[in-house]
Amino acid sequence: MSKYTPIIGLEVHVELKTKSKMFCGCSAEYFGKEPNTHTCPVCLGLPGALPVPNRQAIDWCIMIALALKCEINTFSKFDRKNYFYPDLPKGYQISQYDLPFGKNGEIRLKNGKKIGITRVHMEEDTGKLMHQEIEGNKTTLIDFNRSSLPLVEIVTEPDFHTSEDVVEYLQRLQRIVRYLEVSNADMDKGDMRLEPNISLSLDPEILPNYKVEVKNINSFRFVGKSIEFEIKRQEKILESNKTPAQETRGWNEERNETVSQRIKEEANDYRYFPEPDIPPIITLESKIISLKEGLPELQEEKISRFMKLFGISEYDADILTREKGLANYFEEAAALGFKKDIKAKQIANEIINNKIDYSSTPVKNLIDEILVKSKVEEIDEAELEKTIDKVLSENQKAVDDYKSGKESVIMFLVGQCMRLIGRKVDANFIKARLVNRLT
Amino acid sequence: MSSMVNLTIKDAREKLDRKEISSVELTKVFLENIKKHNESLNAFLAVTEDEALRNAASADERIANGESTPMLGIPVALKDLFQTKGIRTTAGSKVLENYIAQYDGTVVKKLKAAGAVLLGKTNLDAWAHGSSGENSDFGPTKNPYNTDFVPGGSSSGSPVAVASEMALAASGTDTGGSIRLPASFCNVVGLKPTYGRVSRYGVIAMASSLDSIGHFTKTVEDNAMYLQITAGHDKMDATTPHVEVPNYTKNINTGVKGLRIGVPKEYVIEGLDPKVKDMIEETLKWYEDEGAEIINISLPHTSYAIEVYYIIQTAEVSSNLARYTGIRYGKDRSYFSDEAKRRIMLGTYVLSAGYYDAFYKKAMQVRTLLKNDFEEAFKKIDVMITPASPTLPWKLGAKTDDPLAMYLSDIFTVHANLVGVPGLSVPVGIIDGLPVGMQILGPHFSEAKLFQVGYAYEKAHPIWKERPAL
Repeated sequence: MSKYTPIIGLEVHVELKTKSKMFCGCSAEYFGKEPNTHTCPVCLGLPGALPVPNRQAIDWCIMIALALKCEINTFSKFDRKNYFYPDLPKGYQISQYDLPFGKNGEIRLKNGKKIGITRVHMEEDTGKLMHQEIEGNKTTLIDFNRSSLPLVEIVTEPDFHTSEDVVEYLQRLQRIVRYLEVSNADMDKGDMRLEPNISLSLDPEILPNYKVEVKNINSFRFVGKSIEFEIKRQEKILESNKTPAQETRGWNEERNETVSQRIKEEANDYRYFPEPDIPPIITLESKIISLKEGLPELQEEKISRFMKLFGISEYDADILTREKGLANYFEEAAALGFKKDIKAKQIANEIINNKIDYSSTPVKNLIDEILVKSKVEEIDEAELEKTIDKVLSENQKAVDDYKSGKESVIMFLVGQCMRLIGRKVDANFIKARLVNRLT
Repeated sequence: MSSMVNLTIKDAREKLDRKEISSVELTKVFLENIKKHNESLNAFLAVTEDEALRNAASADERIANGESTPMLGIPVALKDLFQTKGIRTTAGSKVLENYIAQYDGTVVKKLKAAGAVLLGKTNLDAWAHGSSGENSDFGPTKNPYNTDFVPGGSSSGSPVAVASEMALAASGTDTGGSIRLPASFCNVVGLKPTYGRVSRYGVIAMASSLDSIGHFTKTVEDNAMYLQITAGHDKMDATTPHVEVPNYTKNINTGVKGLRIGVPKEYVIEGLDPKVKDMIEETLKWYEDEGAEIINISLPHTSYAIEVYYIIQTAEVSSNLARYTGIRYGKDRSYFSDEAKRRIMLGTYVLSAGYYDAFYKKAMQVRTLLKNDFEEAFKKIDVMITPASPTLPWKLGAKTDDPLAMYLSDIFTVHANLVGVPGLSVPVGIIDGLPVGMQILGPHFSEAKLFQVGYAYEKAHPIWKERPAL
């Protein structure tokens, strides 16, 4: 056990799946589209263009905040974050500074640990740089299709101490935004971007005087790996009585390690100030109440309802509720099954054990399948006697074992009988007959 | 075509509707005047002759079909901050020397839809930074009343074009006085509407929380006709509220009897030219004689207005100019002239960590106090009248080496921008051959009232008819 406690915080960006962009009417569908075809003066930052906020995106941001049990700032506003980068057409990003839509929320992990959510705020995405060689020259091209797409940033307190907790948090967060149907949250499409910051402390109550941020991580697994890597790397530095540099590192997939990208000599000065082009956003209490009432049942609530209503285990309920679509499918199947005397537990088993693809298996087919499997056929008394005779005579050792007290062997004999019969018959019935014969 | 001298929009409207003249004829007169006078006055950076004649021909068709809207067939000029698709739009800066606008802004679209004829783009202090017109990277605009003098700025070319019959009307922007000051220097009427009354979409931003889009005309009534076309909510500008647009000409002739006119005592300052002071006092006397009540009022935080303005304005400028990096607009940041660089540096400083609270935040707090001052005042009065400028137009070059002196020329105008209220500059006289204007300020969305007050004076004193000798 190391003497250091990892102190980990997380920033996650979630791209919302609104129809149009955050501040203009351009289509927000950018993935795989011809570069710079979904653009207009606003998202290109042309002279004179002005941003008009997307009400849907703001509502969704507030819904995420509510699902994360945040307080909502009824008086909120946008701010300009000023910095230079070629993918940022206005020279500033419209974001939120001191009055984010949501603050002070939490996510609870399975082990009961509470992860504090510092803030949930809304901002716009940047364009995308593409580095290409054109006619022998190394060139950087800019695609502004992604420019000004709505992003929600969710920042946690430095409450994590293990990479496992981080990964579980991410899974929960991903499920929440998918349940809300506000983002596809597909890692491989960049819908979710993860930035852990990691440091080590001798005293878990005291924040160290440095912080290492890791960027460019495109899967939950790599988040775990990069944290593990950082813990080892930083421990080595600390053990040699040095302090790890305050820096941004990137995850290198091939080398399985983090590599330094940018040393932060001092904190960036983004010169935030209120965005003068957008009046403050006032959210009425009544609006918050209606958004809250409109929230769908989330996974946690579903798990406890499923356990109570269907009598299934927490383990099964957890698996069945990982996707909203699957959970709905199970519920439908359970309702249909109820009419046909099939227990919900049986349906859960069928779905989980056979990894049923709910999108291609109609509920009715699933139920029929279960019915077929559980159907027992009548068996002729003479045929059964003959079969038992045969099995007992051919498996003398098993018979002896049973008689000498090894009762579990009976199931082997049942299996042999059923194999000979070759049809689906009631196993319990055969077992009872066998026991009769052997005692 | 001598009948076209001193022509107002109203006159032109009547002549066009009666088919006495065509828009093409009218447009040609102004194009001729541009050819005659622009070389000496430098009011236009681009003249869009072909487009103007095309617009005029199509306006004539609409008129022939019986259409009659205030601006149909009226030749106008636009400050070179307005995005006009396919036309070079420079902001008066070398940075955008070769920039062709990619779209039409809202005001341009509205003017085109209303059938106005676009004559060209007018000169300005680069990025609208200035009070004299001398900061243009394409040479200073000259005052048509005396070409040794400045026309005022930053909208310099637009009022000069109107004063010298090179356009029947023109649009500009006012961030700290850039319409009202040059209007007063050029003997034309200039309106800075309420913040958000006219859409800013498609107008290069100077300081976004202060910028107002307004117009220059010869007369008050013309200005009302122009605003009728451009005012209103725009879904492309989130700062334009859904406030109904009244009929601006309907009650323009109701007079000033019983009107309560406030005179802020803080506006009597050191540096106020006694001749200007006397002329404004005479003006107030006239209003009193007409039955208005003159009330001395106080705006206690006035002395902070310029400081607050130069913090907030530069902060926003530093952010708004960040996009001109040289990556996308051709010329890099070394092409910014001194004034733009000065403002970028000041603005960057006041927003920096450690200084934000002392400067920007404090300025925003004082801005609230300034708003309160106005709100309190307008409980007791209907409008305020002040000089538009503390001085007469000055000689070219007189203040170019002293940016602070230049900043102080906006001392009577920045207040309205910080508070968001409308201000109308109306000619009140000519001193030593140079025009003087008064500023009429009113509560938010009181433009109709300002027109009414200005119209009464103008009707009795048609100073605007004293055209410059060119």
